[in-house]
Amino acid sequence: MPSALINVPKKAKRGDIIEIKTLMSHIMETGYRHTASGDVVPRDIITSFTCRFNGTEVFRADLYPAIAANPFITFFTTVTESGKFEFEWIGDKGFSETASASITVE
Amino acid sequence: MANSEHTRRTFFGLTGGAAAMVIVRPADATPAMLSAAIRNVVGEANVRTGKVKLEIPPLVENGNTVPMTVSVTSPMTADEYVKSIHVFNEKNPQPNIGNFYLGPRAGRAQVSTRIRLADSQKVTAIARLSDDTFWSATADVVVTLAACTEEAI
Repeated sequence: MPSALINVPKKAKRGDIIEIKTLMSHIMETGYRHTASGDVVPRDIITSFTCRFNGTEVFRADLYPAIAANPFITFFTTVTESGKFEFEWIGDKGFSETASASITVE
Repeated sequence: MANSEHTRRTFFGLTGGAAAMVIVRPADATPAMLSAAIRNVVGEANVRTGKVKLEIPPLVENGNTVPMTVSVTSPMTADEYVKSIHVFNEKNPQPNIGNFYLGPRAGRAQVSTRIRLADSQKVTAIARLSDDTFWSATADVVVTLAACTEEAI
């Protein structure tokens, strides 16, 4: 069961630079491991992460197998108005998850 | 004489076995693959050292999860900001680790994540600025337990 952990401050002052921390539970199978019988374990990773604020993209990342399991990504953004952050993770085998967090800007 | 013949045969037998083992292992990213991956991002542009700070522990016990922070010195204004940050490695099966796309409204050009390292190696971060110049930082990491080598259950 995929689940996301998002850390966004609930309130901020106009013009503040805030830190956003995100974690999505995912195996991030590299495709380079083998089972005991020698079969390759097929790749199963998150390939793309996007963060939008009120519909506008503010941060995006391309992920590769070298990103550790349960991808944890933190970044910064400037807030100018109240609104909603939307997060989207897309990956192999049709993986697609979203999460959101609201912020009040005073 | 017979004895030395025996040891030579044994020696070739062993080296042959070792060669076969090398083929079975997934190939490491070669320096050529690394420079190709970097060229893919920077094109013909010159990559200069500086402005980028790559924070990663110099000695890690577990290569499966290595914390990493990349920050870039930039005023992050509408005229002067960091467009993207690209992270590469030397010896994992693939040279790419991640690409991170920022913009002027990021406010601070800094990203953190956790990465996998298959061996002791160099990690390189390259930043693309709004004037399309490229800046880089490289760090050496010693890994005691490598990622990717264990068998899946």
